[in-house]
Amino acid sequence: MDRRNFLKAVALAGAAATSITDSEAMSMLSQSFLTENAANKYDLVAVLGGEPDAMFRKAIAEIGGIGNFIKKGDKVCVKPNIGWDQPVTMGANTNPKLVAEIVKQCFAAGAKEVTVFDHTCDDWRKSYTSSGIEAAAKAAGAKVLPANQESYYKEVSIPNGKNLKNAKIHEAIVDSDKWINVPCLKNHGGAQLTISMKNYMGIVWDRGFFHANDLQQCIADACTYSKRPVLNVVDAYRIMKTSGPRGKSESDVVLAKGLFVSQDIVAVDTAAANFFNQVRDMPLEKVKHIANAQALGLGTMNLDNLKISRIKM
Amino acid sequence: MLKKIRVIVSIILFALITLYFLDFKGFLPHKFHILAHLQFIPALLAMNVIILVALILITLLFGRVYCSSICPMGIYQDIIAWISKKIIKRKKYTFSKAKSILRWALLGLVVIAYIFGFTFLLGLLDPYGSWGRIVTHLLRPAYLAGNNIMANIFTIFDNYTFYKVSIYGISIFSTIIALVWLLGVGVFAWKNGRTYCNTVCPVGTFLGFISKLSLFKIQFNDEKCNSCGLCAMKCKASCIDSNNKKIDYSRCVVCFNCLESCKRKAMKYAFIGPVKNKIVKTEPAYTYTNDTDSVNPIKSVSKPIDESKRRFLSATIATSIAVGNLVAQEVTGTLLPKKELKRQIPIAPPGAGSFKNLQDKCISCHLCVSKCPSHVIKPALFEYGMNGIMQPKLYFDHGFCNYNCTICGDVCPTEAIKPLSVEEKNHTQMGQVHFIKENCIVYYDETSCGACSEHCPTQAVHMVPYKGALTIPETDVSICVGCGGCEYVCPAIPFKAIYVEGLQTQNTIEIKKEEQQEIVIEGFGF
Repeated sequence: MDRRNFLKAVALAGAAATSITDSEAMSMLSQSFLTENAANKYDLVAVLGGEPDAMFRKAIAEIGGIGNFIKKGDKVCVKPNIGWDQPVTMGANTNPKLVAEIVKQCFAAGAKEVTVFDHTCDDWRKSYTSSGIEAAAKAAGAKVLPANQESYYKEVSIPNGKNLKNAKIHEAIVDSDKWINVPCLKNHGGAQLTISMKNYMGIVWDRGFFHANDLQQCIADACTYSKRPVLNVVDAYRIMKTSGPRGKSESDVVLAKGLFVSQDIVAVDTAAANFFNQVRDMPLEKVKHIANAQALGLGTMNLDNLKISRIKM
Repeated sequence: MLKKIRVIVSIILFALITLYFLDFKGFLPHKFHILAHLQFIPALLAMNVIILVALILITLLFGRVYCSSICPMGIYQDIIAWISKKIIKRKKYTFSKAKSILRWALLGLVVIAYIFGFTFLLGLLDPYGSWGRIVTHLLRPAYLAGNNIMANIFTIFDNYTFYKVSIYGISIFSTIIALVWLLGVGVFAWKNGRTYCNTVCPVGTFLGFISKLSLFKIQFNDEKCNSCGLCAMKCKASCIDSNNKKIDYSRCVVCFNCLESCKRKAMKYAFIGPVKNKIVKTEPAYTYTNDTDSVNPIKSVSKPIDESKRRFLSATIATSIAVGNLVAQEVTGTLLPKKELKRQIPIAPPGAGSFKNLQDKCISCHLCVSKCPSHVIKPALFEYGMNGIMQPKLYFDHGFCNYNCTICGDVCPTEAIKPLSVEEKNHTQMGQVHFIKENCIVYYDETSCGACSEHCPTQAVHMVPYKGALTIPETDVSICVGCGGCEYVCPAIPFKAIYVEGLQTQNTIEIKKEEQQEIVIEGFGF
């Protein structure tokens, strides 16, 4: 072994060691977020009737300000849904205005770096462009990362998963200090709804495994990954009520102007599902992954026990 | 001066068309596909009258400018010849007699074969198509590998200007053909300059015929010329007979190398008036060099070389076809599933119209293969029959046809794939979905899936209530575009539960317009 290889090996070993301790530290951190949450005024904030960015500003102020979640010097990853080569008006992807606003707030809170990516379903270049997210996030100062190759993903263990025991997760999440989950609320042919938990499928490489091994269970399993998002921000500005998750035409879309923010992924998805239910009949039992996640102890579907702020703009 | 202009124009056009094939990031404007449309055979097949007339007029006026500056295969040979001259300093060309019989026989064969419906030969010999295959199958993988190396380096420094891409081998047969052409034509170019253009190339033969009539020609100034032979030594087309002060205009590609070489300004490129029958005054040849092998230029044009050339040509073609057959047998023997023979009919790219149109027009330049952003086009082997070898077909191993993408039709220079508007593309059915319930995860595992319907742009595959909260795919062939999203994504193992069957003739589908409902939401719902 020459000197260069030796140094490389040492560096790699060091990196491996730090990433292990990191993830443990992170799981403890995320635990502490949940307890810290009790000190917050609200567990969940729901906003109705504004523009995506304005609603987020209202919501984040209500839940205690972005500084509660993002600290100075943090490497933050913002994970929207950029799954499809569809324009903003289809509501197939997260609203770019919302993504840009979150990126800006992270920087305002002192974030060292903000990354944005998604493992898209349609061609990733087309999806990043058509969604408007690449342009908006870049303008806000974020790094927009590719996620089209397996080599961008790192193997992680998911010990608490029932069917999904390990997965390859995008390095932007694995290497981040904090991450923010920013899904959009949509109908989904298989999972019935796609909200915060289903958005996890965009951080993993092998989605086929999910579909082949009980989709609804794997979605919940993925959410037990030790590094939890510090916030789930559900974009329900435009809701794709039918033909989801891709959509056929604008007749699938309803301008609902909603936004939901919570640290509890089960609660925020329950709230969003109830909101969706007003547009189209969607009983919670059908969206099985929400109950599966509750069973795994990821949060509560019982919204009555939570402190919820409802704001109309 | 003329030579300089020729070299600059050639290099720019060659670099641009090659880069256009390689460029996967949209670095060059999309409109640059015009470079492919300018090519002779594509213009002919697409019946692009303006370009065709322009190319013929240019040839009638100035000679084979097309071969010199527009055809990428021609410029490739010039580059090889230039390198060979840099390495072998004493390299000289010598006049050789025209291989008229071979040239015309090959052109005749191509035309007759085409008329009788065997278009493969035209695609095989067309110089632009050959260059396209060389770039697609040989240069492109190297270019992508280079990109990935750059991506790796830049990513270390947290710079994402480059992103990694997948490199797939897509067709052994086409790669072999490309390699044979790259090496075969390259070897000829290294040794004798423009041999391919003046013996094999059907475009060269045809334009050579026209260029005999061209108004501007290279001419000897008999008073100044002392038949030194320098021009003939520089002539990569071997078409200057300096002893007799004659030029075979059918082979001259107006490269102007001879003009530059003449020390006595005894050659000119000028308007030729009514043809005068000049009596050629023969003078004893005087050479500036005293190399032994160039003392007698005529003698060094040895006939046996022609024979070997001919043999080499036919041998390479024969072996490449034989190897292709072998490879094909091997592929069919091992890769196809034993129980479930899936696709019976190949899927032609959107806008191909029918297999007939594709076969009549496609010269297998593989620009569509290179340009498809979803990597769903690859050369066929025998799926279309003997005649459709190397023609594009869709496959869904690495992706599916993007619903709003029209790139293949936009770039296709022969209209084998017709350009479609997004609206037309959205309504073009190139294949039809087939659902095999027994293979479906929802059926045999009784768990949710819906991956197929998720990807379906028209909801030709949609989920309908099944047991309990489960939903199972249902298909509506009448609105299926055949994009393969469902087939690509279906996670069922070992056999997919859904796939697309091709169509001999593509259909137009009708998608019902749905009224947008006004839904006002006032409450939170919880």
